[in-house]
Amino acid sequence: MGAYLIRRLLLMALTLFGMSVLIFVMLRLVPGNITDIIFDSAGFVNPAKKAAIERQLGLDQPIVTQYVSWIAGLARGDLGYAFVSEKPALDEILPRVPVTAKLAVLALLFSVLFGVPLGVISAVRQNTALDYALRVVSLSGLSLPSFWLGLLILMACVNWFGWIPIYRSTPGSFWSEVALLSIPAAAVGFRSSALVMRLTRSSMLEVLRQDYIRTARAKGASEPTVNYDHALRNAVLPVVTIIGIEAAFLIGGLIVTETVFNIPGVARFLVEAIRWRDYPIVQNLVMFIAVVVVVVNFIVDMTYVVLDPRIKFEE
Amino acid sequence: MAVIDHKAELSRAGANVRSRAGAVIFFARRYPLGAIGALIMLAFVTTAVFADVIATFDPLTTNARASLAPPSDTHPLGADFMGRDMLARIIYGARISLAVGVGATLLGCLIGTAVGLMSGFFGGWVDLIVQRLMDIMQALPLLVMALVMAASLGPSLGNTIIAIAIPLVPNVARIIRSNTLALREMPFVEAARAVGMSETRIAFTHVLPNTMAPLIVLATAQLGAAILVESALAFLGLGVPEPHPSWGRMLSESAAEYVRTAPWLVIFPGVAISAVVFGTNLLGDAVRDMLDPRQRF
Repeated sequence: MGAYLIRRLLLMALTLFGMSVLIFVMLRLVPGNITDIIFDSAGFVNPAKKAAIERQLGLDQPIVTQYVSWIAGLARGDLGYAFVSEKPALDEILPRVPVTAKLAVLALLFSVLFGVPLGVISAVRQNTALDYALRVVSLSGLSLPSFWLGLLILMACVNWFGWIPIYRSTPGSFWSEVALLSIPAAAVGFRSSALVMRLTRSSMLEVLRQDYIRTARAKGASEPTVNYDHALRNAVLPVVTIIGIEAAFLIGGLIVTETVFNIPGVARFLVEAIRWRDYPIVQNLVMFIAVVVVVVNFIVDMTYVVLDPRIKFEE
Repeated sequence: MAVIDHKAELSRAGANVRSRAGAVIFFARRYPLGAIGALIMLAFVTTAVFADVIATFDPLTTNARASLAPPSDTHPLGADFMGRDMLARIIYGARISLAVGVGATLLGCLIGTAVGLMSGFFGGWVDLIVQRLMDIMQALPLLVMALVMAASLGPSLGNTIIAIAIPLVPNVARIIRSNTLALREMPFVEAARAVGMSETRIAFTHVLPNTMAPLIVLATAQLGAAILVESALAFLGLGVPEPHPSWGRMLSESAAEYVRTAPWLVIFPGVAISAVVFGTNLLGDAVRDMLDPRQRF
């Protein structure tokens, strides 16, 4: 177990190191940095002034030097200064994290609350009209672009209630904030709940075909006992994986949803920073996302071992 | 005593299918949802290919008098802010979605297959390095990876295809690798080796064709994802640039401000994206049921 954990942590570190190199090189691969964007709109370019700004931002250094100084800074907890706002990158990123985290938690809650029970119902009632209806709904959940769903929700709110669910930075109570955020969270969570539902259904069907289910039935166990005590407990394992992966990958849906609902979270901030080629923000945010993904994957694998005693650590 | 109706069982299994038309009818009966998906895809491809025949307006011609015109006889789906006909723009938008969706899926599958085959067949340090590279690429969500790639490559049709294809590679490579690993130990591969066939030839003539079924299943599933990512990139302003009419960008132009004033600008492009992706998903499910009966959703 100890050896497995060490190996696993080393691999995580290796992945993150690789990601840092990849993102750093990719950002600087193409000609054109923030000074080009600034001076493009200005029209007249004074080369001396441009060079001065590049020097000030450290963009005139060789790429390896830039990389080393970024990583050295990271180790000290110094993420550098944002190019656009000229504030420390950490001060720009941190205040935007809570909103995005709240959205992600709500969306995940939404996906579990709807996805798991509906998936179970769909499996237990396999090939009935209800099953077909639920399957079409879940498939449509995977087909609607989440930004369009967000726009439709906005449209419904505006036209039917004459009210726009726009995020305010100083909402009243905890519950009013939850109510306000649950609308964009539903727009993101619909897709995840569809995914969770499909996986729960297929996992349940797989388990319901097993011999021990037939044994339980033969012993005269009631349908609910068979379905929920025997089947669901075993079917839930792959669902845990997908929920974990979704937790990390929700950020993709949040990027567009935060844009639609004008929510000042990290996901929308990433897009803005990419547009401006604000390297310190982009590279640190991407690393932040990669850390979340890698850590969540690790937690999911650990949960697996806890939930299923048959699974042992591989050496 | 149960009586087995052999004739009925045989026809259910498709044993009496003799012609192409018969195969199509068999597929439609066996997988009705898949058949609907196939019809949607057929309509989508036809629209994209014959866009210039179907559309009655030019998608790029502006007309100040038709600015924000609601749906009418001349403009069935209305017109946008610049007075461009929405129906024509949606018809031509099918071309972008098709080009990027199919292009990115094919490119991603091609690279992924090559990488996975190499990794699974040669093993050793090649496999080790490839697997770590795939780990790195999978540490970012698809859209984030595509976003960063699209931004660093710059906006163009070709670059959008590359930006979406590369993040698709790890999935494909992993599936092909695990299939290759299993196939490598099969008796028929051993037999080929025994008669002195070269490793490269074994890889291409014996292993590769046997990975096609999972690859097709994966490719149909990725097609929908690729189209969705294209629309999201375009929505965020980092996809295929003007003047190409992309469905995703039509939504970003018309986003929140038109929700009240011109809802047709918001509704129709989204319906187009959703319908096409829904079609790929329906078809994808049927293809998976057909080629991979062990795994059912």
